[in-house]
Amino acid sequence: MSSITDPPQGSFRLSMLINDTRYRSLTFQAIAALILALSIWYLGNNLIQNLRQAGLNISYNFLGNPAGYDINQTLVEYTSRSTHAQAALVGILNTLLIAFLACVMATIFGVAAGVLRLSNNWLVSKLMGVYVEIFRNIPVLIWIIIIFTIMTAVMPAPRAFRGDEPEATMLLNAFAFTNRGIYVPAPIWGPGSLVVVLTFLASIVGIFAYRRYATKTLYATGRLLPTFWPSIGLFFVPTILMHFIMGQPISLDHPVLGGFNFSGGLQLGAPLIALWFALSIYTGAFIAENVRAGIQAVSKGQSEAAGALGLRSGRIMSLVVLPQALRVIIPPLISQYLNITKNSSLAIAVGYADVTATLGGITLNQTGRAIECVLLLMLFYLTISLTISGVMNVYNNSVKLKER
Amino acid sequence: MKKTAFYGALTVAGFAASMASAATLDDVKERGVLNCGVSTGLVGFASPNANGVWEGFDVGVCRAVAAAVLGDAEAVEFVPLTTKTRFTALSAGEVDMLSRNTTWTFSRDVDLKLEFTGINYYDGQGFMVPRDLGVSSAKELDGATVCIQTGTTTELNLADYFRSNNISYEPVPIETNAEAQQQYLAGACDVYTTDASALAATRASFEAPGDHIVLPEIVSKEPLGPLVRHGDSDWGDVVRWTLNALIAAEELGVTSANIEELAAAPTGNPEVNRLLGTEGELGAMLGLDANWAVMAISAGGNYAELFEKNIGENTPIGLARGLNAQWTDGGLLYSPPFR
Ligand SMILES: N[C@@H](CCC(=O)N[C@@H](CS)C(=O)NCC(=O)O)C(=O)O
Repeated sequence: MSSITDPPQGSFRLSMLINDTRYRSLTFQAIAALILALSIWYLGNNLIQNLRQAGLNISYNFLGNPAGYDINQTLVEYTSRSTHAQAALVGILNTLLIAFLACVMATIFGVAAGVLRLSNNWLVSKLMGVYVEIFRNIPVLIWIIIIFTIMTAVMPAPRAFRGDEPEATMLLNAFAFTNRGIYVPAPIWGPGSLVVVLTFLASIVGIFAYRRYATKTLYATGRLLPTFWPSIGLFFVPTILMHFIMGQPISLDHPVLGGFNFSGGLQLGAPLIALWFALSIYTGAFIAENVRAGIQAVSKGQSEAAGALGLRSGRIMSLVVLPQALRVIIPPLISQYLNITKNSSLAIAVGYADVTATLGGITLNQTGRAIECVLLLMLFYLTISLTISGVMNVYNNSVKLKER
Repeated sequence: MKKTAFYGALTVAGFAASMASAATLDDVKERGVLNCGVSTGLVGFASPNANGVWEGFDVGVCRAVAAAVLGDAEAVEFVPLTTKTRFTALSAGEVDMLSRNTTWTFSRDVDLKLEFTGINYYDGQGFMVPRDLGVSSAKELDGATVCIQTGTTTELNLADYFRSNNISYEPVPIETNAEAQQQYLAGACDVYTTDASALAATRASFEAPGDHIVLPEIVSKEPLGPLVRHGDSDWGDVVRWTLNALIAAEELGVTSANIEELAAAPTGNPEVNRLLGTEGELGAMLGLDANWAVMAISAGGNYAELFEKNIGENTPIGLARGLNAQWTDGGLLYSPPFR
């Protein structure tokens, strides 16, 4: 590079752009960039011209018109008179919800299966191997449909719960498993419940603070404080105490059978469950392999050294192996999270109202605004994917090997 | 899916320009096959039989057009399209025409740049429920879970109907009729709603049709008809007048049985003569042979024959003519004159 910044003065000829190695690569890059720009311009221009000739125009005005259709799972206020923009928002929130739930669940499945696959127990490790190979080698769309079909075909319809001798009964009078979804009790937030929730959040912070303190004490003095039972205690005791102190502000709304469906309680629709479960178990298989690779990347000598110092195997895993393995695990984990988010667009297969189903499905179809809708969709998925990798990169930087 | 939709959009944009100006009629003649978009499978309207040959009322319209243009009712390539993909496929030039239970609406005609060439079935939206649910009116459906096909007028009508009657429901959006049927039978939804004709056809394909009832309410107008792309009026005329020929043939008493005899020489009825090309130049005006209507009617019979054979009262589907009777019999079928 330094040779380019310092060319022999006064002797530049045009042919040197090709013949002189100092300039050649720059020349070719400039030509390639020009061709790229021209072809993008050509394609864009072609599109605009064809649209104009067909009497079509790009306009986002339709977003302000009433959508006219209903959606079965809405996290925000929505009726069929709401706008297409609101329908898109409902879809976006549903996408984010399923992506979040599936990322958490897939991580749990993946870490468990990855660690167990390295277990010394022959049966356990082989079972995990079978799980990984079966799930990651069958397309996720098929898993989604299989799980959904099993749910709708095997579980009883709500009408089976009716009558004096019903074919199906609720679990503990609080949980109903039907082919349309699972109904669970929902909390009712009475006055004063905010205090209870804040107490709960504070105890979560407390748990983390205590664990950090315990680690610090361990490193500083070598004294080992118990962490498991104090954490469990912190998790439950203050919140339950506060609940009774405030006069039991949080009560439960049990689902009851009324009319055609259960009402009350919280409904986890069959599409949500099928999609959630399928995405988690499918991606979990990939994460399991990442975890296994990460653990195996930590040299055996490390565990042996830790063992020689007298550490128990659980501690070797959590204090020595995992912290180093995370450096290997996290980068591919990011792409698995991105995969989950993008694969969630298969939701329409089971009628889950994600953004591809609302904005990219019904809205696109009813308004015929294909280009506009698809551009918006691309923008959304791009934004969300970049955000996820941004956040995960920050985390990656925090666990990566600190040199110097 | 994102990708296909985008490429779809690009192709729409890319093709629409060339297609709008191009003469579909010439393309079809040159290709020697008519590409006709039909539903993915709705017994009586469009479905492949045991030998894989497409049959049905909507299929009959495709065959009539192919016969009129190419002289061969078999020269049709049937393209099964879902409610979601049908308009993109038509706009992109993948099919020359659509004949698949499609409702003529303002926005499809004007905004989606499609051209409806007539109405071959006057329909309305109905509801089907299992008999043992004990429901006798759509107004009793408060809180029900309803299966609907997405991208249809059905889903919009449904929202409007329940809203104006102030009752709630939970929609289950589904892509094809076959899937909807499966979900409905598994009890994943209480109600299946779509065009009443399609409900009758779906019900007829159940193992125990008697266990299901169609509720009396018809909540919308669904004029179903064949359609083509905007901007190619010549081709639109061919499809429009082929359908009219089938309807007029019934009115004039021309059937597949007597057509050979009637077309052999001019008859005493000038309109029959003009229709069958033994008098006048109607075929040439469309850019077709003089015997175009003879071919179209011979393909599967006139409107009444198509109706009775595929969806009429003597078929499992058992639809009465009702609104779809000739205007002379108190129905709405009314072909403009052939002159
Ligand atoms: N007529 C309405 C509804 C059309 C519709 O839903 N058609 C269904 C009736 S079952 C159909 O053709 N299904 C067959 C398929 O899925 O291909 C429209 O044009 O939007």
